[in-house]
Amino acid sequence: MTEEIIIAGFGGQGVLSMGKILAYSGVMQDKEVSWMPSYGPEMRGGTANVSVIISDERISSPIINQFDTAIILNQQSLDKFESSVKPGGLLIYDPNGITHEPTRKDINIYKIAATAKAQELGISKVFNMVVLGGFLKLKPIVDKQYIHEGLEHSLPQRHWNLIPQNEEAIEIGKGLIEAVQTL
Amino acid sequence: MARELQLMKGNEAIARAMIASGCDGYFGYPITPQSEVMETLMAEKPWETTGMTVLQAESEVASINMVYGGAATGKKVATSSSSPGISLMQEGLTYLAGAEIPCLVVNVMRGGPGLGTIQPSQSDYFQSTKGGGHGDYQLYTLAPASVQEMYDFVFDAWDIAFKYRNPVLILSDGAIGQCMEKLYTRDYVPRWTEEERRANAPWGTWGKPATRNHNIITSLELDSARQEVFNLKLQAKYAEMKEKEVRYEMLNCDDAEYIIVAYGSSSRIAMKAMQMAREKGIKVGLFRLITLFPFPTKQLAEVAAHVKGILCVEMSAGQMIEDVKLATKCGVKTEHFGRFGGIIPTPGEVLEALENKIIK
Repeated sequence: MTEEIIIAGFGGQGVLSMGKILAYSGVMQDKEVSWMPSYGPEMRGGTANVSVIISDERISSPIINQFDTAIILNQQSLDKFESSVKPGGLLIYDPNGITHEPTRKDINIYKIAATAKAQELGISKVFNMVVLGGFLKLKPIVDKQYIHEGLEHSLPQRHWNLIPQNEEAIEIGKGLIEAVQTL
Repeated sequence: MARELQLMKGNEAIARAMIASGCDGYFGYPITPQSEVMETLMAEKPWETTGMTVLQAESEVASINMVYGGAATGKKVATSSSSPGISLMQEGLTYLAGAEIPCLVVNVMRGGPGLGTIQPSQSDYFQSTKGGGHGDYQLYTLAPASVQEMYDFVFDAWDIAFKYRNPVLILSDGAIGQCMEKLYTRDYVPRWTEEERRANAPWGTWGKPATRNHNIITSLELDSARQEVFNLKLQAKYAEMKEKEVRYEMLNCDDAEYIIVAYGSSSRIAMKAMQMAREKGIKVGLFRLITLFPFPTKQLAEVAAHVKGILCVEMSAGQMIEDVKLATKCGVKTEHFGRFGGIIPTPGEVLEALENKIIK
């Protein structure tokens, strides 16, 4: 199993930390992982993305341009990465702020209204975990117990009290994701 | 601390390896994309545990000269920077090499020339291996291709530096520096005691006992005859490194019709391109350089004798390719493919270059 994922959105949406939690969960489950961010002048409001690879085998390049899954959180990222999903691959997007829907016919497309749901529930800080839950519903590549360990390793100990809230958000995401187009 | 599995950035791995390998002091100045080295050191506060000194100097020029001063006493001293900062250190590096002082320098390369960009690049190959400063000197140059190697090579660097009394350069780039991967940490190597330091660095300026003359650390010798003898000694040292300390990795080279030569992050991209080529039925191998100096001349020549073409992949306008052509005496078709200015080539682009420049 090798899953090559791009997570892309605005800086401040928790794109990098979502990737880190996913990667750390993979480490805990004894997978090979890599986490390659776009780094530099990105900050709150700018664009941010991270490539995460989780595999049973030695990972060759952490730098890739074709993805099994693209998790897209804003219009710029959709414009940039829709074409990078492998044929037959998966595109997940949050419809918040999306003006042009994805147009590919050869990929599976799901949407998750995580921004709206998180605002409604007053859990905007764990918005990214709602999205992660949606992804894990479709591709359960890491088990629940390892997600817990991944959260423990990704968060400083003083924030461990927030882990249950993160786990609840993942469960909310699993129920929220809906198919737009399946092959 | 015992062997432990963690997920961390290459830059963080460098810092943690310094602490774990018994480094006595780090002097540096922040620059993207390697700032996490000093950030991690400052967060870890090793001065409270191992006693290691960590100091932010006022500039890269000051950093390298603090390294010179500290390392002259036989201590394990390190610095790190990125390309523009490493350029500022070149005077210090030639002095360190000329005074035969072991130390560790890490360059997490970014795109140049000048201030360039903060994105990854590999355009400092010439500076690293052909002498960025003046005079006939060499840095033992290691090119890590993973976060694990970023960590492990720090331990290896001390062994080489003290064995040969020569600065060691770890030449990385922003991609490996910023990437997070799995890492197995090692047991801590305690810092040397005073007695160990005196035994391991008998040449150091750690105080003159009555039993010997002064130890003098200098790169100045005004008597040309003696300076020539000294240069010959340096050359003998480099020749010994070429004989004994060459490191490289070969993947799928046995049956390869074509090989890609690359190091650092480019070698990871090339590995993916190699896998893609093999899926298409093209027999491609990867020759990964681990030491850039000494260059694996003989080993590459042996492999090159059996292939139809070589693609050199480097995030530069084509620097390493010169050494590849020298190693193979231009006996096989050899082309360069690279992106530069901070652009990272994709595996698909590498495969395309292989097909268009070498196979066709």
